[in-house]
Amino acid sequence: MAQATVHGEHEPTTTGLNHRKMLMWAFLGSDCMFFGTLIATYLVYKNRSIAGPMPEDVFSIPVTTVSTFVLLMSSMSMVLAYAALTRNSMKTFRIWLASTAILGMTFVGFQVFEFTVFANHEVVVKCADVGVVELTSVERKVAEKCGTADEHDGKVEETVGLTPRTNLFGSTFFTLTGFHGAHVSLGIVWLLSLFFLSFKKGGVTPEKNLDVDLAALYWHFVDIVWIVIFTVVYLFGVFPGF
Amino acid sequence: MTTLTFPIPRPTHPTGIWNWLTTIDHKKIGVLYGVTAFILFLSGGVEALLMRIQLSGPGREIISAEIFNQLFTMHGTTMIFLAIMPLSAAFFNYVIPLQIGARDVAFPRLNAFSYWTFLAGAIILKISWFTGGATNAGWFGYAPLTSVQQNPGTGIDSWIISLQVLGIASLAASFNFLVTIINMRAPGMSFMRLPLFTWMTFITNILIVLAFPVITVALIELYFDRSFAMNFFNVAKGGDPVLWQHLFWVFGHPEVYILILPAMGIVSEIISTFSKKPLFGYPAMVLAGAIIAFMGWMVWSHHMFTVGLGPIPITVFTITTMAIAVPTGIKVFNWMGTMWNGSIDFKTPMLFALGFVAMFTIGGISGVMHSMASSDAQQQDTYFIVAHIHYVLFGGAIFAILAGIYYWFPKITGRMYNEALGKITFWLTFIAFNITFFPQHFLGMDGMPRRIYTYDPSMGWNLWNGVSTLGSIMLAIAMLMVVHNLARSWRKGEPASGDPWDGRTLEWSIASPPPEYNFVEIPTVYDRDDWWARKRREVRRAVPVGGGSGDDEAHDIHLPQPSYWPFVVACGLLIGGFGLVYPVGVYAISIIGTLIGMIGVYAWSLEPVNEPEDGESSAH
Amino acid sequence: MTQEHSEEVHTGHPTPLTYFKVAMILSVITAIEFGIFYVEWIGHAIIPILTILSVAKFMLVVMFYMHLRYDRVSISILGKDFPIFSLLFVGGLVVSAGVVFALMGLFEFFTG
Repeated sequence: MAQATVHGEHEPTTTGLNHRKMLMWAFLGSDCMFFGTLIATYLVYKNRSIAGPMPEDVFSIPVTTVSTFVLLMSSMSMVLAYAALTRNSMKTFRIWLASTAILGMTFVGFQVFEFTVFANHEVVVKCADVGVVELTSVERKVAEKCGTADEHDGKVEETVGLTPRTNLFGSTFFTLTGFHGAHVSLGIVWLLSLFFLSFKKGGVTPEKNLDVDLAALYWHFVDIVWIVIFTVVYLFGVFPGF
Repeated sequence: MTTLTFPIPRPTHPTGIWNWLTTIDHKKIGVLYGVTAFILFLSGGVEALLMRIQLSGPGREIISAEIFNQLFTMHGTTMIFLAIMPLSAAFFNYVIPLQIGARDVAFPRLNAFSYWTFLAGAIILKISWFTGGATNAGWFGYAPLTSVQQNPGTGIDSWIISLQVLGIASLAASFNFLVTIINMRAPGMSFMRLPLFTWMTFITNILIVLAFPVITVALIELYFDRSFAMNFFNVAKGGDPVLWQHLFWVFGHPEVYILILPAMGIVSEIISTFSKKPLFGYPAMVLAGAIIAFMGWMVWSHHMFTVGLGPIPITVFTITTMAIAVPTGIKVFNWMGTMWNGSIDFKTPMLFALGFVAMFTIGGISGVMHSMASSDAQQQDTYFIVAHIHYVLFGGAIFAILAGIYYWFPKITGRMYNEALGKITFWLTFIAFNITFFPQHFLGMDGMPRRIYTYDPSMGWNLWNGVSTLGSIMLAIAMLMVVHNLARSWRKGEPASGDPWDGRTLEWSIASPPPEYNFVEIPTVYDRDDWWARKRREVRRAVPVGGGSGDDEAHDIHLPQPSYWPFVVACGLLIGGFGLVYPVGVYAISIIGTLIGMIGVYAWSLEPVNEPEDGESSAH
Repeated sequence: MTQEHSEEVHTGHPTPLTYFKVAMILSVITAIEFGIFYVEWIGHAIIPILTILSVAKFMLVVMFYMHLRYDRVSISILGKDFPIFSLLFVGGLVVSAGVVFALMGLFEFFTG
């Protein structure tokens, strides 16, 4: 019990709330402004890119839905890890904590995959479609090669990759989702640190559940930021006229 | 007992350099902040003086146009981020725990980290003078002046990275003080009994917490544009430089209140103390501060009236800007109400505080003039703006900070400053300030643009520029007198009692300088201005004992112990920051800095706040 | 001292079953968001619908997983009680939403 006092976690405070937890909430309020500004930049520049690819060219909603689901599930396993710790079942705690980290890594893996695909985006246009089907700006550009030596089997194709340098969409999209990914990665490091610490005697204990509570708050926050990004950037992104 | 052992022993240096490097005592950190920021304030003053000498007459070629650009940019950045903000932070550190009856801040090690990180940011900025030129795009660094095409070299990068590092320092300090003020108040110290300086600090820190992320993002975007050829402010790819202006001022206008609200808090304390009256309209003062902070988010585009926002935004921002003058006016009238019928003691702090009220009011009135967009179009980017900002930031913030320095000097050092010299200094400062900056109103009205390095004799600006330069030299002498008075008094001044001003708030209830643990017994608060009331209570009310008896508590005070790690993490940030400004290899230096920082963070988080002592385990 | 105040008693946190139910609701909402996306006749109404759905997800995570529902310790300022954690977080959220919408308005996102 002395440990708790030494760590200052149960000091009597004016409000009875813990200092560190209060700091974490203030930090999350502040981080709202950080992501808010990134999202504002993205939205202000939406539909202002001079050249493609545009969101509707590159986004794959099914893939991102799966990665969103993965991150949501990681939030559940995080809260279950915390609940297990407060019940003093260390083994369950470790299992859920490790799953959270693994789910987080899966999410980051999806993001790396997605970024790679975007950077190597292939545009294929059937020349028969020109003038019949509505083409995106990138497709129209590629379709200019119809009727030249580049046409094979009635199709033309070209790699029109999306990188942060390509256009405004690329800059704003990669910066926003990249910083989110950086937050997730930092969270993974934090969770893994707690995981390994939990094997050390007294490293993670039910009395010191606050250490896990803070990591959990951070993790859930990263999750809710993604909830916003998924809707505003991905779903609205491919919706024509938004 | 399950204690995590750590290989490196806890620092135990009672004196010397290691004591200062590892200290987590809020009072020592406050002194570090104050001394460092005052030195940086003087360096910013030297930059200003060089500009004034160049402008003293027409057609001078003492300083080249390029160096002049660097001087005004560095002057603005230094004064705002390296002087006024950290000087305010010095008072937060020293005074807030004492005013709320606490033994330290909520996160002592984070507090040390804030200071060392602030120093790292200052070093990154100031060293750019010697590494191929300082930043030169103005303190608000408008795009596309900052683009890598217009501005190659490392000047802008050093500015970006230094502001990021300073932002980390400010954010860390703000989280710390928010938690401290909410969570470490003495028993009975309800929010409506907080001293007004504590209130204004609280509001300021809310503003910092919300405003700094915005500039962080803007600077990240700018850095990405410059270093990785992204397109945020690249017109060729459809980017909009006006977005930079918006993001900067979304941060920048709350920043103005971050600079002035602590000053208002200091002045409120001083005017009340030296008028021997409680602050007039305390709830109105608190509410006015809160409204200023809230409305500070709704006025930012008044910095951009001439970029062509269209009639509706201009109308909206004109109205909100005019409206925000109302709570400011409430404050001015409340200070006057506080003095009304008081027995006023014109000591040096009071003189500076009165100077603040007068000068800030002049600056506020010229500010209201800018709120009218049609009038602002005439004043934009002229010396009229320069005059305005110096009336609110020198005549306002710096006067209040000087008042605060004289006011709390006896508490901090345990010695009195030289009162006669202090009064002479005030009058010299006051006169020199007005000689320097009042003529700039005329120059601005006469059409002299800001940021020009020289001008033609036929423009008719010769006289007032000469007068202004004369005033600035007098002002420099006045600041040297401040330094002389403080430095001499620190060593040889008369010993000061714990309560030299017949003060009102809790910091005056303890010895000067305060013991390391501040309060032998955490006070119980019954009143606003509790110490004043306690001195006048005939029979002291019985103190309800919260936990443990009061007598043996002095032996049982557990202060947080010093730590190496905040300093190590700040070093990591410094090295990492340098790596970003001067990229060598694949940002190799940054990677080294990050590693040092991470080692520091891990060691920090595994290190307990206090090493468990023998026998302590049974004490609780 | 801490063991008497075990977390369940102290904060009234929900059981793992509740957490699981919340996760199921979150999954279902995500599935609806995905599914509704391919229903063409909804047209522009999809924007408010998706907004409401994602706000619901956001609230669920904040209220249940981040326990904001249960952390109601308040401070009193000018006679009003404010739950501290909510104040710190929602304050940031509201200001950031305000800044986002103001910037969108200034850059003619809604009118252009």
